[in-house]
Amino acid sequence: MESTEAKEVHDTHHDTDSHGADHHHDPGFWRKYIFSTDHKIIGIQYGITSLLFMLVGFFLIAAMRWSIAYPGQPMPVVGSILHAIMGDMTSAVFDPETKELLGYAISNDLYNAFGAMHGTIMVFLAVVPLAFAAFGNYVVPLQIGAVDMAFPRLNMASYHLFLLGGLIMLASFFIPGGPAQAGWTSYSPLATSIQTDGQLYWLIAMVVIITSSLLGAVNFIATIIQLRAPGMTWMRLPFFCWAQFVTAFLLLLAFPPLEVGALLQLMDKVAGTSFYLPTGLAISSMKDISGGGSPLLYQHLFWFLGHPEVYVLILPAMGVVSEIIANNTRKPVWGYRSLVYSTLVLGFLSFIVWAHHMYLTGMGTKISTFFQTTTMIISIPSVIILTCLFISLWGGSIRFNTPMLFALAFLPMFGIGGLTGLPLGFSYSDIHLHDTYYVIGHFHYVVAPGTIFALIAGIYFWYPKMTGRYMNEFWGKVHFWCSFVFMNLTFQPMFAQGMAGMLRRMSDGGVGYSVANNPDAIGGLADQFVKLNANITLAAYALGLAQIPFIINLFYSISKGKKVESDNPWQSTTLEWQTPTPPPHGNFTTPPTVVGGPYEYSVPGAAQDYIPQNQKA
Amino acid sequence: MEVPYTVENRPDTGLYNAKVGIWLFLASEVMLFGALFSSYILLRVGALEGHWPTELLNVPIGTVNTLVLILSSVTVVMAWASLKLNDFKKFKMYQAATVICACMFVLIKSYEYRDKFTHHDVVLADGMRVDGHLVEETDEYIILSHPVSYPAEKGIGYRPTAIKLAEEEAKAHGDGHHHAEDRKIMLSDITKRTTWGPWANTYFAIYFTLTGLHALHVIAGALVIAYYWGPGSKMWKTNPEQFTNRIEVSGLFWHFVDLVWIFLFPILYLL
Repeated sequence: MESTEAKEVHDTHHDTDSHGADHHHDPGFWRKYIFSTDHKIIGIQYGITSLLFMLVGFFLIAAMRWSIAYPGQPMPVVGSILHAIMGDMTSAVFDPETKELLGYAISNDLYNAFGAMHGTIMVFLAVVPLAFAAFGNYVVPLQIGAVDMAFPRLNMASYHLFLLGGLIMLASFFIPGGPAQAGWTSYSPLATSIQTDGQLYWLIAMVVIITSSLLGAVNFIATIIQLRAPGMTWMRLPFFCWAQFVTAFLLLLAFPPLEVGALLQLMDKVAGTSFYLPTGLAISSMKDISGGGSPLLYQHLFWFLGHPEVYVLILPAMGVVSEIIANNTRKPVWGYRSLVYSTLVLGFLSFIVWAHHMYLTGMGTKISTFFQTTTMIISIPSVIILTCLFISLWGGSIRFNTPMLFALAFLPMFGIGGLTGLPLGFSYSDIHLHDTYYVIGHFHYVVAPGTIFALIAGIYFWYPKMTGRYMNEFWGKVHFWCSFVFMNLTFQPMFAQGMAGMLRRMSDGGVGYSVANNPDAIGGLADQFVKLNANITLAAYALGLAQIPFIINLFYSISKGKKVESDNPWQSTTLEWQTPTPPPHGNFTTPPTVVGGPYEYSVPGAAQDYIPQNQKA
Repeated sequence: MEVPYTVENRPDTGLYNAKVGIWLFLASEVMLFGALFSSYILLRVGALEGHWPTELLNVPIGTVNTLVLILSSVTVVMAWASLKLNDFKKFKMYQAATVICACMFVLIKSYEYRDKFTHHDVVLADGMRVDGHLVEETDEYIILSHPVSYPAEKGIGYRPTAIKLAEEEAKAHGDGHHHAEDRKIMLSDITKRTTWGPWANTYFAIYFTLTGLHALHVIAGALVIAYYWGPGSKMWKTNPEQFTNRIEVSGLFWHFVDLVWIFLFPILYLL
């Protein structure tokens, strides 16, 4: 059969890594790893950087969770380290009787700062760069059969701008007054009036990061439009590429309004304008303002990005999951065209739902009704996508390897995240749930066991292509089951807390409003919900510990993992597996020509249960 | 390794990579300025009665600047067309003309900026607001030329037709000597003092932000065009086709910058 012949051809290239397109010169360490224009190296750079930022973001929430579960109690070990770094931002805790220094807790200001930075870092510096830039950079050019991105040097610039923005953001931890404290949304006038330069750092860093993702988005779209291999028609594009394509459009068109939002806030901060400062604003630090501005303007500009951003977080994850599911069920994804069209509709609709974040701002019930309607409509394509992926499992002989476990867990977890969003999308039920822990539970179900699980699945899945070795399967499964259990133990109780009326952003976890502390007050928080705080915190710490096997596995397997048997260890159809391992600069040994669809698994009558896209049946 | 379609068009899309790239970039720029124009609308609609000044900008100067930019979008096309016709000398000339137009635009714009930054606005103890250009300043008093005064509760830059008519009448009957209209104001009478910068009110805030961002685009575009007029033009000898593409792409950006001004001029100067 022709396909086995082609496989042999590939295997002969297997031992010829150095046979890459540019073996005629060795670029040296700096050119190869730091100032590389190779999309694969840039993808790995993005991957490592964003995983590090994810660790920082996790550390911030770990410190906050201590404050929520044990308000006013000194943090063991970490407290004194924080005191050494942040100084007065931590608050010293003394024994009430002996006046002896017990240790340090985070102050309310520091809690606010950590909260703002946790959100900012996780969204803009960890999950989006990992989902879009890291996987997109590594996988998309390979999957479409391109030699590189359309603009390799621009690609390098995107990464360096991203790194610069991230470093500016991190630098704000070390300035007097600490980082931004007004939440990841940085609502004005709150953000403008807090007297810390952290907000300036936040704004400047955001402008830099936005510029980076704009360049990235231009590059991705141009690459997918221009550099598809011969025969790679739009309907032969793997779904992952479609997902990245729509994501890139969301970034391209939704980010500029946030850039304007940040720019105007920067003007309010440094040029004395009043874009977001209304007439009659009574804040002692802001006496000499001209007024006349609109706080709602900022929220509109912010959420015009903020909502498409949700789909920026979720679409690449859906792309990863569909690749892994098709590969490990050994059958085509069910409803490829429905997936593609749903994604396009989703992308379009995501631009007209933003104000469902603003039901309680007083923008008016008519506007609320409009956005409530569009919000309900957008759930249709989301459900179609999820349903297609569920049905894809039907009748498959499923391989339960680590990537598949994470991908399978994505489906119900994202389902919970999505369905719990419906009560938030209705303006009347949102009145009760707005700004409670229910919201936190909802979007963390979407992003943490949803997107992040899918991304981890992607790391386990594409790792053999990047390194030529598998990650350890046993520790992978340990990682999966522990993460799965503790993820749910962390976020599930938050729904109960939120429905009981526990608000977010309280550094004491609601103790101040508890029935126990206010026996006479009406509507106090019942004790059982306050007590859940400690459970959640412990589960969150356990979740953190559960990542240790993953981190060790990730680095250990680079040199010690089980070697792959061929260039296509998962017997996959898509083009990224039809390259040498790891792919050299320039990717393909011979330019591929695509002759088939992306998911030709278990084709009746074929010799193997998969037919690569560049091979005839 | 060579990225395909950097110079020649991809057959099925009919475009080379950079052209796709610049159009996408311009799409994001549309969203950028679109958001600013939306902010302008929201702020203007939300402004209190009489607190959104109009007619403060000099329409003739603005018209001249508009014509300068329109001229530059003609020369930028001619530069590209000259390359297509293989006339490098003409290209050089038109490219230089574009850069000169860009510089003229920025110069005229900065003159307008200066005019506003030196325009002082004071609120007096008697509840009147006076604004005019600063002529002289000492420790005791300031002198404003052509002052206009109106009750302080009216917004900065308030110009009801009545004041305008009165001014014109005074001019018609006066001796035409401008300094005769200077007004000396004691600092001790002043309760509040500002200039017509972005801090003055939301109209000036959005005016300076919109035109400032636009001016940055003009400067960036002019730098690129100047680079291809100067050192960048060496590429004409080695790779004329790619060089022509670069001129086309920078020209597309330049047209966008012009187009933004075509929207800015009416909403800031005329409406």
